[in-house]
Amino acid sequence: MIEKALKGSTGYWVWMLFLLSIMGVGGLCYAQQFNYGLGITGMSRDVTWGVYISQFTFLVGVAAGGLMLVLPYYLHNYKAFGRIVILGEFMAIAAIVMCLMFIIADLGQPMRALNVMLYPTPNSMLFWDMIVLNGYLFLNVLCGWVVLQSEYKGIKYPKWVKPFIYLSIPWAISIHTVTAFLYCGLPGRHFWLTAILAPRFLASAFAAGPALLMIIAMILKRNTKFDVGREAQDKLVTIIGYAAMLNFFFLGCEFFVAYYSQIPGHMHTLDYLYWGLGHGDEVFNNLVPFMRASVIMGLAGIGLIFVSRAKQCDGLLILSCALIFLSFWIDKGLGLVLGGFVPSPLDYVTEYYPSIQELGITAAIWATGFFILSILYKVAISVKLEKEI
Amino acid sequence: MYGKGRIIPALILFLGLMTTPMWYKSGDAGKMPKPEKPKDYTECVAPTAYMRTSHMVLLNEWRDDILREGGSRVGKTANGTEYVRSLQNGCMKCHNDKKKFCDACHNYTSVKPYCWDCHLQPKEAM
Amino acid sequence: MDSKRRDFLKIAGLTAIAGIAAPSAFNTLLKGEANASAQAVADKACPAVTGKRYGMVIDVKKFTENPGLADQCVSACHTIHNVPDFGNKKDEIKWIWVESYSHVFPENTQYKRPDVLKDMPILTLCNHCDNPPCVRACPTKATYKKKDGIVGMDYHRCIGCRFCMAACPYGARSFNWRDPRGKDANGQPFIKAENSKYPTRMRGVVEKCNFCTERLAIGQIPACVEVATQTKALVFGDMNDPDSEISQVLKTSFTIQRNPAIGTRPSLFYII
Repeated sequence: MIEKALKGSTGYWVWMLFLLSIMGVGGLCYAQQFNYGLGITGMSRDVTWGVYISQFTFLVGVAAGGLMLVLPYYLHNYKAFGRIVILGEFMAIAAIVMCLMFIIADLGQPMRALNVMLYPTPNSMLFWDMIVLNGYLFLNVLCGWVVLQSEYKGIKYPKWVKPFIYLSIPWAISIHTVTAFLYCGLPGRHFWLTAILAPRFLASAFAAGPALLMIIAMILKRNTKFDVGREAQDKLVTIIGYAAMLNFFFLGCEFFVAYYSQIPGHMHTLDYLYWGLGHGDEVFNNLVPFMRASVIMGLAGIGLIFVSRAKQCDGLLILSCALIFLSFWIDKGLGLVLGGFVPSPLDYVTEYYPSIQELGITAAIWATGFFILSILYKVAISVKLEKEI
Repeated sequence: MYGKGRIIPALILFLGLMTTPMWYKSGDAGKMPKPEKPKDYTECVAPTAYMRTSHMVLLNEWRDDILREGGSRVGKTANGTEYVRSLQNGCMKCHNDKKKFCDACHNYTSVKPYCWDCHLQPKEAM
Repeated sequence: MDSKRRDFLKIAGLTAIAGIAAPSAFNTLLKGEANASAQAVADKACPAVTGKRYGMVIDVKKFTENPGLADQCVSACHTIHNVPDFGNKKDEIKWIWVESYSHVFPENTQYKRPDVLKDMPILTLCNHCDNPPCVRACPTKATYKKKDGIVGMDYHRCIGCRFCMAACPYGARSFNWRDPRGKDANGQPFIKAENSKYPTRMRGVVEKCNFCTERLAIGQIPACVEVATQTKALVFGDMNDPDSEISQVLKTSFTIQRNPAIGTRPSLFYII
């Protein structure tokens, strides 16, 4: 089946070579980081996690987003998702691989990464995150591949894979819950210390994951014969739209708690992210434009996505999904992690700017994700088209 | 199997080439290292045979015992001589020449322990 | 009577009996248990005194009376422990350092404060919490709490994920962003004078104050406390020993802890 990825148009090969070149440049950046240390990044004593961990957090959501396709299809027998569900599972694989790469990129001693397994520590949320992420990767590789292979052979998938598919449903919830627990169990970091963090993570995941999927599905529809179908498309709009609304509702709850209670610790980070934090004689606001753009894009995306469905306009659908995806990427892939470090426990404000090398490594990991995604989608679509047409 | 006639010889050739270093040096152990032992001491913290094979295990045990369990920093040899259970402040007191002692075997076996990334080696030998 | 109805009545009857009996049965069953758990709650509020628990009292006024003393404490610690000085805030590593009152106690919002407080040097270091969040967060047990209350670090095991730094509510942890044994642009080593008795650290691990556990083991007091011996600005000792100096100080002076509301139970006490 994998040989399907070795036959493709010139466009396919140019795309893959483009991704490989980014990976190559990022590899060189990583070699530099490996030799010098993490000091090559923009992180500092006060802002100890940067773009790596924030991308990781966001991508866990993208991976969990696949649930929104698996659940209706397998649990509620929603047939319209028959063609798109495999895309969801394969996207989860690529996203989890990226997550794991971002964690490794962030380690000061990557060669000792296996210490997490050598000295299992159940009281650490990072230990559980390692388990749920690897487990989810395994489940998706297994379920996605076995189901597709059966389709390739023209038979129904074997019965034994069904329990694994059912298991993958709560497992998807667990990966993002545990990832939220990394943050929301830390005393003294007010911005993260909120019980609504895991629900909010899930809401944004269930919007951002399917939104990315929808964009890819639309690109496939334009460039290949592969069409996920109008019904699936319309259903996804409902899912993305409501999940995105839920995310903003949760964000609103955060604002209420912080500003109505007037507890300084709760307000400071929101001040820093959305209005600019006055501290001493200075105002710190380097993330304000991004966070405001995130809110505007997200709300505009929610409005437009329903318009696009009413008008049956694919172009508008792509735009609205891109707006929602970008909005949540900024919200979680930037503001959430960086904001948590401002102000520091000793009430200092340190702003963070990623370094060139850091951005290079980040781009390379994204490129690796898209590289894996392209291979998997090439295989899946070739099989689907071969069998159906 | 499809393409059997080419695949199997190619695999054998590949394995043969991969293992050339072993064929090339088989039966030749090279020049055995002779780590220089300290002249003023006759007894180590454990028998030579154990130290030769398991000194790293011993170091790990000392570390975990002292750092985590609050274990004693002083040990006693079989003959009752006291020593400090520490690489930097114990071992290297007698074995004060890292190059002639540690490195002799480590280089031979191509082992690169990261002890010296943190621990300081005796000044004389640096 | 059809079988469905009979089944329903059976279940309803059983449920009623269970409903009446359960609470009393539950009470009898749980009596022993309940007492035990009440005891556990009481123990937690007022931990049983077993073994040692090291702590430190920092008498802040003494540092104003003895200018320069705080810096001497810092430099004693950093010299003994081979703590590098990178000369910039981004890479900074520190085990003990001087802060102002408003940074050490940002939660305190007195409307007006004594003038002396403004420039008062306040020593800040790892609080060696009784309930340390960093230890909970560490995925490899590279940081752990010892029986004597000291929160220790095993640099051999640290993978450099910096989860403990995010977890520490006191900003007491530093990361080796680069090789601490390196040299700056002018060829000056970051560790000015190496103490050959103590190791350095390596790139990519987290480090922090260890309450001089290596000195305690050979009967010495922590380096910073030693520097402040004459002035008694720092009092260190076993808080579980009722006769220790620190126990006496804690009993006779009013002390405050940093951010006690978050339940970490710090072992550092400040006399302001």
